Amino acid sequence: MDILVWFIPLPPLLAFFAIVLYSNPRKALSHSIAIGGALLSWLMGMIVFIAAITRPDLRAHPIGSVINWLPVANGWFQIGVRIDPLSAVVLFFVVWTVLGIFLYSVGYQNFGQPAGEHDHPGLPPEGAAIRVRKGLTHHVMSIEPLYSRFFALISLFAFAMLLLVVSDNLLTLYIGWEIMGFCSYALIGFWYGKKSARDAAIKAFLTTRVGDMFLFIGLIALYVQTGSLSYAGSLESSAALAKLAAPAGFLGLTWAGLIGILIFIGVVGKSAQFPLHVWLPDAMEGPTPVSAMIHAATMVSAGVYLAIRIFPLVTLGWQQGAPITAAMTVMAAIGTFTALFAASIAVTQNDIKRVLAYSTISQLGFMIAALGVGAYVAAVFHLMTHAFFKGLLFLGSGSVIHGMEHGAMHAQGDQPAEGHPTGEHVDPQDMFNMGGLKDRMPITFWTFLAGGMALSGLPLVTAGFWSKDEILAGAFNGNHLLIFIVLAISALLTAFYTMRQITLTFLGQPRTEAARHAQENTRTMTIPLIVLAVFAVAAGWVGIPRSFPGLGAISSNPLESFVGTMIPAWLEGHADVAGSSIPLLTSLLVSLLGLYVGYMVYRKVDAGAEDPLRRPLGAWYAWAQNRYGIDALYHTLFVRPAVWLSEVFTYQILDKKIIDGILEGIARGTLGLGSLMRRFIDVALVNRAGDLTGSGVRGLGGEMRKAQTGKVQQYMLLAVLLTVLVGAVLFFILVRA
Amino acid sequence: MIPLSWYLIFAALLFCVGLFGVMARRNAVAVLMSIELMLNAVNVNLLAFWRYLYPDVQAQIFVVIVLAAAAAEAVIGLALIISVYRRRKTVFADDLTLLKG
Repeated sequence: MDILVWFIPLPPLLAFFAIVLYSNPRKALSHSIAIGGALLSWLMGMIVFIAAITRPDLRAHPIGSVINWLPVANGWFQIGVRIDPLSAVVLFFVVWTVLGIFLYSVGYQNFGQPAGEHDHPGLPPEGAAIRVRKGLTHHVMSIEPLYSRFFALISLFAFAMLLLVVSDNLLTLYIGWEIMGFCSYALIGFWYGKKSARDAAIKAFLTTRVGDMFLFIGLIALYVQTGSLSYAGSLESSAALAKLAAPAGFLGLTWAGLIGILIFIGVVGKSAQFPLHVWLPDAMEGPTPVSAMIHAATMVSAGVYLAIRIFPLVTLGWQQGAPITAAMTVMAAIGTFTALFAASIAVTQNDIKRVLAYSTISQLGFMIAALGVGAYVAAVFHLMTHAFFKGLLFLGSGSVIHGMEHGAMHAQGDQPAEGHPTGEHVDPQDMFNMGGLKDRMPITFWTFLAGGMALSGLPLVTAGFWSKDEILAGAFNGNHLLIFIVLAISALLTAFYTMRQITLTFLGQPRTEAARHAQENTRTMTIPLIVLAVFAVAAGWVGIPRSFPGLGAISSNPLESFVGTMIPAWLEGHADVAGSSIPLLTSLLVSLLGLYVGYMVYRKVDAGAEDPLRRPLGAWYAWAQNRYGIDALYHTLFVRPAVWLSEVFTYQILDKKIIDGILEGIARGTLGLGSLMRRFIDVALVNRAGDLTGSGVRGLGGEMRKAQTGKVQQYMLLAVLLTVLVGAVLFFILVRA
Repeated sequence: MIPLSWYLIFAALLFCVGLFGVMARRNAVAVLMSIELMLNAVNVNLLAFWRYLYPDVQAQIFVVIVLAAAAAEAVIGLALIISVYRRRKTVFADDLTLLKG
């Protein structure tokens, strides 16, 4: 069993390499490998999970083992795997959502459809024309051109998340964390032919990188202080915590608080909390299964998971009922603010996926706020239920978009074979173009409804109610009244925008031809929806508090007794503070009120009508719809200076003028020297000598050729005269002398 | 008996006549004939020296060789001249300046 944990992350990694290296051209093989890998991980994960929940005292004896990895000065740096109550819960929802998303992707990326004749790799498929009769074609969806690549990347993504979950130390966690950063970059920019997708990919990568830098600094500081990065050695051993309790000499923080805040900034980047939240809505540029992956199974859950992991750091020195520590204050403030802030943006968005994106940010804010007020179990609980229902909602929204695209093609009917398809262009993601999809896509509707109700916290039946109620109770019982009120308002807004979304999308009358012709999707897409819908409802039943009137009597609250063992020792003994009924009544009220108001406001929106909220809210609506101008502010504040620095300063001034100037100066000097040498040495001396030799010989030859008349008799005369002359000379020399 | 010097003087005159003909005549046939004269002048010398100085040496053989060479030379020379004439329509030595530089 201890060894099996090591193998949980491996199948998706092997699937990644197998697809990349061998099966890239064969699409069916590629998705079989990917899903097979996910299935293996799921199987091993479930075996380990069952072993974990049946093992008594898992906290003290977690499943896992360590190996010596790197030799360091005084021994070995050890890495290992560990399944304790927290990672068991996270592992549970990760393997389920990953498997569902993998299966869903087969249908979403149009497996089995023909290849589109105008499709390009890096662009979403546009659809293929099928000949129905002579001269008439019908447009259908076409398969994604980079189908295999998609499955390779999500396999790598799943590997990174599983690695992060089973790690027993912060270093391998960080490795998985960074691989996920890369995967999110590659998948958000999966349709890299679109500029918006490229920009979103870069934005996601760089924004999370800001957080990751602080996280890395935090890890280094932690290692320097405690000499270990394993959970057991650095976060849970009393010796390490005693060292960390020392003051850091910075803003009056202890080392634990300082490191906690540094690591928390990494969480802020990964989980898209307030100052670094801008990347998550833009991440909607990727294919919808990727959004589900990022929002449910992997990225943002990883952030919260880390935040839960460092709970001992941020709460060090805090006692139940005492004022919260500085690091907790930071977490509570950021989480609470983000919850309200993102929820208020979500109310004004029209894109079905963007609503969910801001909803995710808001819900993550709930979790962070829960940690900030010390409600450990509530944060874990909400992390789990959120993963299920948000994964479900994203897959549901993808199903809606897919159905709308199908409807838009179907609505065009049969077209002449020549020329481009005619008809309206409908944004298949704009909720104001939908309506009435309840009857066209029943499975999507009912499952989406289950997810939406869980998100808004419909009392008693859905998972979201129980986990959100726990958070509110945690805030209220800790006497954090402000946090409690803000979170309650956020919950109200959550219910409101969820109902707005459901009403606009599924209820009422179809507002476009595309919506009228939308169609339910294939089974590979609907089965994951059904499975996740079951969890979205049922996952909450494991955490019904014992103090709940009526139901509490039959609930043993297994989650509390399972995960509650992870709470640091100095916080124990408080567990069941006799709960006031105020938070319970509040969460009942806000959920039902939000749902009711949302339905009443949006039940009658006609085609082409504007948002009924636009007029009463006025300028605030536009401001919120524009994301409070934060993206534009960051653009002015960070992107433009960075672009200026690179394009104007570095490129034009530093590179073009200074460095190129030096280089060109040297080149010009050398050129001048060369030209001087040429004029005064080469041309003047060497060439002249050579030329003179040549022309001299040539002139001489010219003179000599005159003697060559070609007349034999002249030669003869010359020969005779010379003979006579030579004879005479010899005669005089030899005879007379 | 006629003294040797007469023969020698005669041969010298004959040679000069030939030399003049080679250098001065324009017609290639005449040049060829003049070369024959010069060869024959040498033959006269050979015969005169044999008769007066070395009567016991079988020297006529040289004259015969010279005559044979001269005949062969005349054959080739005339053939060349005819060939030149066929191509150039002239046998004047001054016109045959193919070797002019």
